[in-house]
Amino acid sequence: MAWETVIGLEVHVQLSTKSKLFSGSSTEFGAAPNTQASMYDLALPGTLPVLNGEALQMAVKFGLAIGAGIGKKSVFDRKNYFYPDLPKGYQTSQLNHPTVGKGSLTFTLDDGTSRTIGVTRAHLEEDAGKSLHELFPQDTGIDLNRAGTPLLEIVSEPELRSAREAVAYLKKLHSLILYLGISDGDMSQGSMRCDANVSVRKLGDTQFGTRTEIKNINSFRFVEKAILIEAQRQIDLIEDGGRVVQETRLYDPDKNETRSMRSKEVANDYRYFPEPDLLPIIIDDAYIEAVRATLPELPDVKAARFQQQYGLSGYDANVLAANRDAADFYEAAAAECGDAKLTANWVTGDLQAVLNKAELDIACSPVSASALAGLIKRIKDNTISSKIAKTVFEAMVAGEGSADAIIDSRGLRQVTDSGAIEQMITAIIAANPKQVEQYRSGQEKVFTFFVGQVMKESKGKANPTQVNDILLQKLKG
Amino acid sequence: MTHMMNQGVAELAQSLARKDFSSVEVTQAFLDRIQLHNNDLNAFVTITGEQALAQAKTADAMRAAGTAGPWTGVPFAHKDIFCTAGVRTACGSRMLDKFIAPYNATVVEKMNAAGMVMLGKTNMDEFAMGSSNETSWYGPVKNPWDRTLVPGGSSGGSASAVAAHLCPAATATDTGGSIRQPAAFCGLTGIKPTYGRISRWGMIAFASSLDQAGVLTRSAEDAAILLHTMSGFDPKDSTSVDLPVPDYLATLDKPLKGLRIGLPKQHFAEGLNPQVEKLIRDALAEFEKQGAILKEVSLDNSHLSVSAYYVIAPAEASANLSRYDGVRYGHRCDKPVDLEDMYKRSRAEGFGAEVKRRIMVGTYALTAGFYDAYYIKAQKIRRLIKDDFDRAFSEVDVIMGPTSPHTAFALGSKHKQKDPVAMYLEDIYTIAVNLAGLPGMSIPAGLLNGLPVGLQIVGRDFSEGQLLNIAHRFQQATDWHTRTPGVGAGTGLKGDQ
Amino acid sequence: MALALKDIENIAHLARLQLSEAEKTEALDSISSILSMIDQMQALDTAGADPLSHGFDASQRLRPDVVTETDQRDTLLKLAPNAAEGLFLVPKVLE
Repeated sequence: MAWETVIGLEVHVQLSTKSKLFSGSSTEFGAAPNTQASMYDLALPGTLPVLNGEALQMAVKFGLAIGAGIGKKSVFDRKNYFYPDLPKGYQTSQLNHPTVGKGSLTFTLDDGTSRTIGVTRAHLEEDAGKSLHELFPQDTGIDLNRAGTPLLEIVSEPELRSAREAVAYLKKLHSLILYLGISDGDMSQGSMRCDANVSVRKLGDTQFGTRTEIKNINSFRFVEKAILIEAQRQIDLIEDGGRVVQETRLYDPDKNETRSMRSKEVANDYRYFPEPDLLPIIIDDAYIEAVRATLPELPDVKAARFQQQYGLSGYDANVLAANRDAADFYEAAAAECGDAKLTANWVTGDLQAVLNKAELDIACSPVSASALAGLIKRIKDNTISSKIAKTVFEAMVAGEGSADAIIDSRGLRQVTDSGAIEQMITAIIAANPKQVEQYRSGQEKVFTFFVGQVMKESKGKANPTQVNDILLQKLKG
Repeated sequence: MTHMMNQGVAELAQSLARKDFSSVEVTQAFLDRIQLHNNDLNAFVTITGEQALAQAKTADAMRAAGTAGPWTGVPFAHKDIFCTAGVRTACGSRMLDKFIAPYNATVVEKMNAAGMVMLGKTNMDEFAMGSSNETSWYGPVKNPWDRTLVPGGSSGGSASAVAAHLCPAATATDTGGSIRQPAAFCGLTGIKPTYGRISRWGMIAFASSLDQAGVLTRSAEDAAILLHTMSGFDPKDSTSVDLPVPDYLATLDKPLKGLRIGLPKQHFAEGLNPQVEKLIRDALAEFEKQGAILKEVSLDNSHLSVSAYYVIAPAEASANLSRYDGVRYGHRCDKPVDLEDMYKRSRAEGFGAEVKRRIMVGTYALTAGFYDAYYIKAQKIRRLIKDDFDRAFSEVDVIMGPTSPHTAFALGSKHKQKDPVAMYLEDIYTIAVNLAGLPGMSIPAGLLNGLPVGLQIVGRDFSEGQLLNIAHRFQQATDWHTRTPGVGAGTGLKGDQ
Repeated sequence: MALALKDIENIAHLARLQLSEAEKTEALDSISSILSMIDQMQALDTAGADPLSHGFDASQRLRPDVVTETDQRDTLLKLAPNAAEGLFLVPKVLE
């Protein structure tokens, strides 16, 4: 029996505004508990909300980036429930009239295939505070610093069909929100949280199976594992004759399993109604166009342009365009040294390797775009070979200076004087008659012996292409 | 010279300016009077004697230095629904009995800026839910006209205090009639301005789309002064309207000739005490004398205003009161066993019966399955009610009628009926005005068996100036507003000479 | 629709109100009465009407994204029934 997994993702993105959605408290991460919790955030009697214009703009920006309709009249609603980290006893959210309507997200899987997934909607809402259960023996401690931070909840259509697809969708979403500069998307800090709705059905079935919701998964890896294990659990359950119960579950990464959340009530009636302390948000075409004008060139468009303008492969173009900082770095370096392809190789290859190892963003690269361009120029003008360039690059990363400075101080200039190379080769040929004989009698592999000798003699500085040409010539006799 | 205790806000301001007496003197006099009568009337919940005298002293210093404003040093009281920094703000509830507000409501800031002197916080129905001031944790308030009667609610404490001359004026709030009805029962001039005119920042919320601050005084002139001081755009309140505040005093004397007064036929129908009706019609004749034209109008859907209100207000209240959970402030029960126990017992202990009742009605009206039938339906009726007023205002300039179907009723009488709806119908003429967000006043229009009868005046959005003008012109030609059971009035306040 | 005691219990739970048996019975009576009054609304055909949420038609004002609040923890924690180490304390919640 062939099964199909059906997945829908609800992603909560913490918007990187300076102040909260409805109050002027700071949203900075890591402050001491309740030092960023104002009277409104504590829901003191008589306090009232006023909407943060930047949060609205960020939501609209996101909507435009996914080609969604923007709600010209959006309304905030109260979602009522009791929990200690929810000070007002209701969360101010958007139900029927969200700021962002239906759009879509296109992404590429590892095998190169492209998928477009519908995004049902995205809406603004307040984040809750934090409950700390471990600090006190009998009590839970409540920190309201996070309460009121703006969230954008992005809901996908249930069109994802595998855990890998889900991760690819998430990664694309992550890249997009960083691109737009609306969030730092840091899953470990909770700036991006993922809930996965998972159900299974027999391949070919058109009806959806009962779905479960796995809440608050906080890494890409866990998203993949959670979906896989939950889908398997459901399949096993059904094949054993059981039925999937609609419920909320938590993923346990240590045991690699999902388990039912200890839920207090069967169905929480949230009793949504429009927030009477706020008025409907009316935005017009002028507002939308003004926000559209602030959109950066989006990754897909940029990737297409990179292919066209720089002749890069689809793969390279996508990799570079996926990260706005990397794209800007790349373009600056390519412009300066004039070799788009070589620059792409260096940025996605050697530089990325260094950044990965040091866990640095390209914005903090020890080698600037200009410095890299300087290195590439020296490869292009034959001052150094590609091989030597790697050594120079290492030195640049270590902070030894510019490419030119290192080439000079270490004397790494390539030997390109044909005469000098010819002299060297003549001497080596003369000194190794046996190998010459071997080569001339057909043992072509011996050629590398001679290349090695020339490199040794020239301390790696002889231009490899010239060495090859002259060697070939000379060995032919 | 009028006795200090009988002077209104305008008069006191003049007396202080003339240095007939100091602010400290008049403040002390009011404090003494409050001490004398409050045990009996229960109008004040908190008396801020020390702070008041300090404010009065500052006022006198400013006067000496020539930096006093027109109302500097005039004493008044705040309804205990406005957050006052450093002073207990209990909203008539055990839930907030020990709550010391850490900030000032915008209304409080404005009164402070005007240099007025706060004598204390007045009693009120719990969380502003009531029409008789009988639901307060601090006990019922008595009507100074007859201490066996209610003063009206929810601003009963403010009304009783002003009528008994414990202060010349008091701030109040009105969600379904809570300024106008007590004004009618206590013979006062009360005004609830257009929704959005006065900031709700710091005003403890009952029903967010209906609540509005206002004032209870003994004259239209005093109401004009206080309304002007309290009004204005506040960026901290999203529902605050950004319109300039007109000089209400400047237009008080405009002649009323040609004024078109609409009389809703539904407000002169069954249920209205015929003697009240007679007094109202007599009062209306006065307007005709001044050149106004009376015209019957129809507010077709007014019979559904109470129903719609008792869906919308409890629904909003049920959510507004969820924050009272014993976690961050307010009452928490003793030795909670777990979180659920803490919530349920704290709220059961902290809230009175009427508040619990309305929270439950509101919760029910919002539950899935009933939301459309109740909440949405009520909002649609609200639209129709507003349309009724708009239609009427295309034919007339203001709408008038009785504020209440009868005079003040006996303490405990409504509860004997064991049906909360009996109390809800007290607001039958006032509620529609809140649903439509319009400004409304009640002014004394007569006495029936020695008890005050109020005339309600309703205007278009932001027509407070016109309402005050109309009230003032009436008060210049009549003297009902001067009748109060105050000092020397002889209507029986214990201890009065 | 007739209200039953079970409905009262459900509502009381949603609103986190503990009611005694006597209070539940009283609530059933009084709330049933209130609902009867409210049900008068159903007699009117409101098909054409747009729900009205406020007295006026206006749109939400936006505020600039600026931090205007400072650390008020000491003042505000003083209001709490139970607080320690900068946190509000409640009986331990099991998730």
